[in-house]
Amino acid sequence: MQTTTSPKPFWNPWLAGVALGITLLATFILTGHGLGATGFTTRLSAWLGLQVAPEAIQANPYLGAMARPDILDGWITWQVLGVFAGALLGAFMAGRLRVQFDGAQRVGTGKRVATALIGGLLAGFGARVAAGCTSGLGLSGAATLSIAAFVFLGAFFVTGLIVSRWVKGV
Amino acid sequence: MFPMTETVWSALLVGVAFGYILENAGFGSPCKLTGQFTLRDWSVLKVMFTAIVVAAAGLQGLAALGVLDIDAVFVPTSLMVASAVGGVLVGAGFAIGGYCPGTSVVGVASGRLDALVFFVGLIVGTFAFAGLYGPTIEALMAMGEVESADTLHDAWGISPWWIIVAMGAALVGVYYLGRWFEARHGGPISADEAVCGQPSCTPTQATDTPPGARSAHG
Repeated sequence: MQTTTSPKPFWNPWLAGVALGITLLATFILTGHGLGATGFTTRLSAWLGLQVAPEAIQANPYLGAMARPDILDGWITWQVLGVFAGALLGAFMAGRLRVQFDGAQRVGTGKRVATALIGGLLAGFGARVAAGCTSGLGLSGAATLSIAAFVFLGAFFVTGLIVSRWVKGV
Repeated sequence: MFPMTETVWSALLVGVAFGYILENAGFGSPCKLTGQFTLRDWSVLKVMFTAIVVAAAGLQGLAALGVLDIDAVFVPTSLMVASAVGGVLVGAGFAIGGYCPGTSVVGVASGRLDALVFFVGLIVGTFAFAGLYGPTIEALMAMGEVESADTLHDAWGISPWWIIVAMGAALVGVYYLGRWFEARHGGPISADEAVCGQPSCTPTQATDTPPGARSAHG
């Protein structure tokens, strides 16, 4: 899958923003809610748990309510599958599809595994605390002018600015 | 009258568009994404903020035309403590791991195995939360709720358009601030740099390259 030609440039960010805004608006019109991501990872976690330890998951006060026998039974599952397909299409068409361990050359493979795993863990935990992530709460919530969304985004950006001074993750 | 109800087809349609746009904006690259926090690349703020203004104006406009029932649109509950703590954790995770949950899916789709590790981390984090979940966490998350309203315009008792106009004005600020910082720190990260790897993601010191010249060959 190594690309031989030079990758095409990224879109102008302002035009990408308008396109994303129209997509988000369409999502509200078609469903009554916005775009998301961690709704899926939560369902996936509950589903994976059901395969391994069904009693423990059903007894869990948080995941028990979300545990469904069929992972495909849920709007957000199909939306995230769509995100994967759309991103794959975009990367392929622009010659930007390249199998790599991004950041390993800069910070070392061992450290990159650790930063990716710890970063994912913090984000996964945080998204459950806030009941949403950058997409579901930050982006979609802010479009409805939600107070929670602006509080989330403010905390998100300030923390990111500070932490990136301390840790070189990628 | 809109909104309609969820279908598999609408999920796939908007999902594909979402993923296609994020990838084309460069948001599969952890280097480009964290460039927002090192102030080298302002794409995250530009794309997100523009999308928020467009979608917010669209929602209020369609509501004013009577096409959309705005009361049927989901608005998150204004839980200040849960939102702030969650924002801190997701922001830290983004700075350390290089992705947020949605962009990690885009990273995996563009061939990045580190994004897959981040995605596994998301699952581990969800299990950690579920394991700790109980009356204590529940009580903490319920703290600081704005009882009177869930939206800024309802809380302040003003027209939503004032907030949309203010965000539009802030976008102009993002344009000028972004241009200044990107010129100082070695410009937005190009597709070549993002895909083929480069010695450093962190800002380079001010070069003699004039603003805009980098993106010309990007």
